[in-house]
Amino acid sequence: MAFNIYDLTSFNQSIDKFLYDNLPSFWAMIVEMTIIGVAFLLFYAVIGLFLVYAERKVCAFIQNRVGPNRVGPYGIFQTIADFIKLLMKEIIPIRKADQFLFNLAPFIVIIASFMAIAAIPFGLGLHAIDLNIGIFYVMAVSSLGVIGVLLAGWSSNNKYSLIGAMRSGAQIVSYELSVGLSMVTIVVLAGSMQLSEIVEAQRNGWFIFTGHVPAFIAFIIFMIASTAETNRGPFDLAEAESELTAGFHTEYSGIKFAFFFLAEYMNMFIVASIATTLFWGGWMPLHIGGWEGFNHVMDIIPPFFWYMGKTLVVIFLMMWFKWTFPRLRIDQLLKLEWKYLLPVNLFNLILMALVVLMKWHF
Amino acid sequence: MEDLIITGPGIQDEEYIVNMGPQHPSTHGVLRLKIALKGETVERIEPHCGYIHRGIEKMCERLTYQQMIHLTDRMDYLSAHINNEAVCLLVENALQIEVPERVKYIRTILDELTRLASHELWWCAFGMDLGALTTYFYGLRDREPILDIFEETTGARLLQSFNVPGGLMNDIHPNFQKRVKEYITYFRKKLPEYDELLTGNVILQERTRDVGNLSLEDAISWGVTGPSGRASGFACDVRKHHPYSAYDKVDFNEILYTKGDSFHRYDARVREMWESLKILEQLIDNIPEGDYAVKMKPIIRLPEGEYYQRVEACRGEFGVYILSTGDKWPYRAKFRSPNFSNLSAINKMAAGFKIADLVAIGGSLDLVIPDIDR
Repeated sequence: MAFNIYDLTSFNQSIDKFLYDNLPSFWAMIVEMTIIGVAFLLFYAVIGLFLVYAERKVCAFIQNRVGPNRVGPYGIFQTIADFIKLLMKEIIPIRKADQFLFNLAPFIVIIASFMAIAAIPFGLGLHAIDLNIGIFYVMAVSSLGVIGVLLAGWSSNNKYSLIGAMRSGAQIVSYELSVGLSMVTIVVLAGSMQLSEIVEAQRNGWFIFTGHVPAFIAFIIFMIASTAETNRGPFDLAEAESELTAGFHTEYSGIKFAFFFLAEYMNMFIVASIATTLFWGGWMPLHIGGWEGFNHVMDIIPPFFWYMGKTLVVIFLMMWFKWTFPRLRIDQLLKLEWKYLLPVNLFNLILMALVVLMKWHF
Repeated sequence: MEDLIITGPGIQDEEYIVNMGPQHPSTHGVLRLKIALKGETVERIEPHCGYIHRGIEKMCERLTYQQMIHLTDRMDYLSAHINNEAVCLLVENALQIEVPERVKYIRTILDELTRLASHELWWCAFGMDLGALTTYFYGLRDREPILDIFEETTGARLLQSFNVPGGLMNDIHPNFQKRVKEYITYFRKKLPEYDELLTGNVILQERTRDVGNLSLEDAISWGVTGPSGRASGFACDVRKHHPYSAYDKVDFNEILYTKGDSFHRYDARVREMWESLKILEQLIDNIPEGDYAVKMKPIIRLPEGEYYQRVEACRGEFGVYILSTGDKWPYRAKFRSPNFSNLSAINKMAAGFKIADLVAIGGSLDLVIPDIDR
């Protein structure tokens, strides 16, 4: 079993072969699925905890503060302590709530983000399912989360929650278009919807550089629209605390609130992952044509770290937005989408098609 | 769904009644706004006051004038010093006492420091209302040195009760002038950051321009004063038009706009901070020598009659009305608090706008709830 950190394909295949050799094929499949599931659960929890900590530190840095610094060195165990607190907290039952939907909503939100993460290529060979319509799948699945938000708002039997959920519905339905179209722009350039092929197509240069102006425009639109899709500031209207107290999750407490909270950060991670995969070369190292020595040094860093590094930079960008901008109003939010982003996006798509047809890209 | 729609007299069909407050993050206290919504649009607003009513006016009827000071602090706690000054000026004018020049200067300096601290806190809260959470920490960072100056000189950070009828409770701390001068140079550097972070932001402009317009006529008839009134073009700065203390000796501009929307109310306050710095600069080096108070009797009896004194508090015109029967306490005390009048115009401003605009309008009015309920 050769373990090569730069290419895990052979490692995975040898595990696969080992399992199928020793177990009936049905049980081998079950074991494989369990391993992958557990790995994702762990990854999910670790990333969630880390992002909450990162957000608190980044926001503290922007706001002239220190941030969490009591629990453990530099406060790194703060989020763990917080989650233990949330786990132990009483779940306050809401008497007039629609119990079934009320309890179902957090799971829908968290499952949607869980499903999306399965299709993301973390590195060469670190890819749970490589669907031939990967990007389409991610888009479809990640927008399922809004159903959970709508259900939460509806079933809480709280006016603020309902307004928050309605806002969230209007917002996500609108911004889904921009996210989709900016993805399609890159699909046109890559010529494939399979995420592994999109990454492979960027071996000789990331799309943000090779795709000329349209790729850059698509990236900016993607960042705006995906920030809106994840309900984060300046587009956090669904939970605008100065208007709607906490919006759709006002009535949730304890672990159910933690689910919403975790899902928000995971959605941010997924969106940043997609941005990395589509625009910043996924797990591909940075190569500059002609600089052989430099390229070799870059190759030493394993693909997974490249991938995580790029994703964290994109996440930092999103945090930066959130902590500097005021919040938009709902009509301004919709105006921004339908009057500006969507026409620009459509035009951009045509431009990209033209670039690909005329072979203007590098 | 049925139980979400309240039906009853006075409530029209398809109106969605939402109670904003008394516990709500953006009412800045225990204010309750009953809002009739149609979708996200505000149809009308009914402010319900009284959640923090402490009967200050009634209590004043059994308090001597020196004791009254400690209650006026607690109305608009962010302009505590200015409120105190109103009572002191009233007593001094009624007894025709001329306070030393030194007192006038120190009072004016403390007034302007109070105004700066108050506007800084308002700026924090306004940013928070609009969802820009970072402003909060920027504003508090700059407010802290002012509170330190207060603490050193007056012994208290928020409710100073430093003014007493006849002068000040004590002389200023020897460090006072140095620290105020340090603060002026510090804040002159920091104030442009406020514009960079918030004023110039396109989202803020979109959120506040042409939102919650208040015409000059409405501002006058609803008695909207202070920066909120001046944004509508109502020249109501008491410091300028009826100078008290040392305001007649300083040169400053009254910030006047004509538009009267949330953005101009915002801008009027930010510009006012610059003017406050200007006033401080003119006074801080020229504090005359002399006594810090006139000797007063322990029990003051105002001659029989009615008295009124107004000052420019941080949010508008603050007035004290006293009806005296010659006793050691007033027969009737009435405070004209700026926030109460400013709040009364909120239905005029916010009707027809979105619920998010209501938050922006409320923020731009800079309401302090204990001042409304008294």
